[in-house]
Amino acid sequence: MTGRRVVVIGAGPAGLAAAAAAVSAGAEVTVLDEGERIGGQFWRHHPDLTDPHLQHQTARFRKLQEQLAGARVLSSASVWRIERGAPLRVHALVGPADAAQRRGEPVVADALVIATGAHDRVLPVPGWTLPGVTSAGAAQAVAKRDGVRLGERTVVAGAGPFLLPVAQSIGRVGGVVAEVVEAASIGTLVRGWGRRPWELTTAAGKAGELASYLGSLAAARTPYRFGAAVTRVHGTTGVEAVTVQRVAADWRPIPGTERTVECDSVALGHGFTPRLEAAIQVGCEIGSDRFVRVGSQQDTSVPDVYAAGEITGIGGADAALAEGTVAGLAAAGVAPADIRYREPLAARRRMRAFAARLETHRVGSGWTGWLDADTIVCRCESVRRGALDEYGEASSRAMRLATRAGLGACQGRVCGRSVEDITGAPVGYDRRPVLSSVRIGELAATCGGDIAD
Amino acid sequence: MSVQIAVDGAVLEGRDGQSIAGVLLAAGRRTWRTAAGAERGIFCGMGICQDCVLTVNGVEGVRACQRTACDGDVVEREVRA
Repeated sequence: MTGRRVVVIGAGPAGLAAAAAAVSAGAEVTVLDEGERIGGQFWRHHPDLTDPHLQHQTARFRKLQEQLAGARVLSSASVWRIERGAPLRVHALVGPADAAQRRGEPVVADALVIATGAHDRVLPVPGWTLPGVTSAGAAQAVAKRDGVRLGERTVVAGAGPFLLPVAQSIGRVGGVVAEVVEAASIGTLVRGWGRRPWELTTAAGKAGELASYLGSLAAARTPYRFGAAVTRVHGTTGVEAVTVQRVAADWRPIPGTERTVECDSVALGHGFTPRLEAAIQVGCEIGSDRFVRVGSQQDTSVPDVYAAGEITGIGGADAALAEGTVAGLAAAGVAPADIRYREPLAARRRMRAFAARLETHRVGSGWTGWLDADTIVCRCESVRRGALDEYGEASSRAMRLATRAGLGACQGRVCGRSVEDITGAPVGYDRRPVLSSVRIGELAATCGGDIAD
Repeated sequence: MSVQIAVDGAVLEGRDGQSIAGVLLAAGRRTWRTAAGAERGIFCGMGICQDCVLTVNGVEGVRACQRTACDGDVVEREVRA
C-alpha cells in the first residue's frame, strides 16, 4: 500500500529499521527523534569525537541512513502529545534541547510506530547522590558522545551484560575500571545462560562482541565479580570508595561480606526501564510484565499503532532491528503473508531466545535491604526511604502528595519503580499527560490554549 | 575546532560538538548545581533525570547532557532549596 503516512517516534535501532522498512514499502515516512543526531543510545556517536572502536554495527547504521533518504527525519524533535483517532496526530517541538521557543510541529499519521526505547534503571544506594556516581549509560554516553570520562578509577556495578560495553568504553577514554560487579551469582548465571553460553551467543551472533569485552577486562586486569553489589558509596564532597558486598539470590546483602574498594566514580546499571509514556497515552495495552503488548506484526491493542524495540521487552539492538523492520512493513500496510517478513521474523525469533536469558539478571526484591532510613530515593525532591516507610499503609496518592516522591522534574522516571519496590504497591508513574518537558510559553504558542487532556 | 563558553564567569574551552556537560567534565568540573544543599551534576547522561540542568543564555532548566555547547554560551549554575 503506497502513500500511507507512517510516523515513527524514536530513531534508535528499532525506529530506524521501522522507517527504512516503511520507506521500502512505499510509505510516506516521518521520523521524530529527540536527539540531535539519529541513532538513539546504541549509535550515540559524534563524527569527530567518538572513538571508532566504540561503535558497533556501523555498516548496518550506514545502510539504514541510506535507506532513510526517502523519509522526512526531524531530529531535536520532542514529542509531547499524541492524539488518538484516524488519522492520529503527533505533536512535537523542534529546536535545541530545552530552548525557550522551539517550533511546534504537528504531524498527521495513518499509522504510528512507537520505538521510544528504554533508559537505565539505577537502584538507590546510600551515597548515590554524591558527585561521581552516575548511571552506567551516562558513563558510556559521555565516553561515546563527548570523548570524556567521569573519573580516573571507576567501579561499574549492577546487573546484566550491558555492564561490559560500559567498562570497555571507560577504558577507551583513558579511565581505569577498578571492578565490574554483577549481582547475579555464578550459579544463577549457569542456570540462566546454560553451561555453554557461547553456543547461545554464537547463535545470536554475539560471540565476537562478548569475547571483545572479556578481552578488554583481561587486558586491563579488571576483576569481574559475581553475586555481589555496591551497597554503599563513601565520600564527603565526592566519591572516595564503595562497599562491595555479596548478595543472596534475591539480592539481599549478606552481612559480614563487605569489602571496601577505592575509586573516584561509580557507574550503576541494574537493568532498564522501558519508556512507556507515549504508548500509554495512545492507549496501548501494557502487559503484567509492564511492556507494551504486541502481536506477531508488532501490532498493539490500538489499531494502526505498532511498537518495536525495548518498550516491548528488553532484548538489545539486534532484537530491536528485527522488530522495527516487522513494525515498519506492517505500518506501511504490507500484508502478513508477504515474503519480506520472513527474514526479520526469523531474526526476531533468534534474538528472543537470547533476550529471554536477560531475565537471569532481573532485579531481586531483596535490594531494599541495603537502604538506610536516610538514603535518598527520589533524587529530584530529595525524598528519603524513611519518609516513604511512614506512608507504607497510605494510598499511593496520599504518599506522593505527602512525600513528593516522584513528583519532581524527572516525573518519577528515575525513582518510580524503586518507590514501588519500597512501598510494595504500584503507583502508576508511567502515566504522564505531557510526554516531555515543555515550557508554558511553548504550550500556549503551539496550541492556542487548547491543551485539555 | 573549539568552542568557548563562560561558566559562572570563567571561560572554558571545549571541542566543537561537545555537550555542555562534556565541556564541563573535560575541564574537571563534576558538579554545577545545588539541590537540597548538596552538589549535583551529570547522572543519567541521556536527558531523563534532569539532575544536570543549568541556565544557558538566561534560559533556566537546560539539560547540560543534551545541549551542544555553542561558542559564546553563557552558563550559570542553578540552586534548588
